[in-house]
Amino acid sequence: MDLLVDVVGGGLLLFGAAFALIGGIGLIRLPDFYTRIHGAGITDTLGAGLILSGLMFEAGVSIVTIKLLLILLFLWLTSPTATHALANSALETGLKPRLADGEEAASTP
Amino acid sequence: MKYLIGLMIALTGTWVLWSWHFTTALLSYGLASCVVVLLIARRMRVVDREGAPIDLLPVLVTYLPWLFWEIAKANVDVARIVLHPRMPISPRLIEVRATQKHDLGRVIYANSITLTPGTVTIDTEGDLITVHALTQGAADGVLSGEMDRRVSRLGSQS
Repeated sequence: MDLLVDVVGGGLLLFGAAFALIGGIGLIRLPDFYTRIHGAGITDTLGAGLILSGLMFEAGVSIVTIKLLLILLFLWLTSPTATHALANSALETGLKPRLADGEEAASTP
Repeated sequence: MKYLIGLMIALTGTWVLWSWHFTTALLSYGLASCVVVLLIARRMRVVDREGAPIDLLPVLVTYLPWLFWEIAKANVDVARIVLHPRMPISPRLIEVRATQKHDLGRVIYANSITLTPGTVTIDTEGDLITVHALTQGAADGVLSGEMDRRVSRLGSQS
């Protein structure tokens, strides 16, 4: 049973670390500010989520588990807010996103 | 009144979880600080549907698991693009209309878009949301409007 917990918890930690790393790679490889935000999003959501889930598995059912869950909740509430604040201030100050084709924005009716 | 009670429960609950010490002294400090926060919040008139959205708790139970699954799928898509040797991105800007009646619903919708990798809300004006998408596929996901419908379905509260 202990082994199972370690395998699942360790696996989650490993996958979380991998996604955090991929987010970092994206941050470097992607071409401009707006696309880099998407790369950083991987680290924020799945990277942090999997790492914290792995830690929850390792902690077992205790107060630590609940605290980890709340950390995840607060992280997922604050990170899109911070991301939007960054992206919006970039837009407001006139940084133009590099788009695939033309500057025209598609929209729903 | 129910928002006041809901906020009080949330505040004291957070205090107890954070401290997890059950001595009379610490519990009374916690209670006192929660009451002070509550009084300040009431004086600032922020204890309402928006400041303490307890009506949303039951419906979030159905929305959040769906959102988590969408986030996981989008993460794998973006990770694949980032690791791809040629990195096949096609960034674009799209505009969508949010059909939620209230600001709180629009905030949940816009934040859900941002939280999903591959799409970021970069501007909101009234019910018009401007989204930067990393690929055509990510843009189509937002344009399909499923997330918008699900957030609207969170009920009249949103």
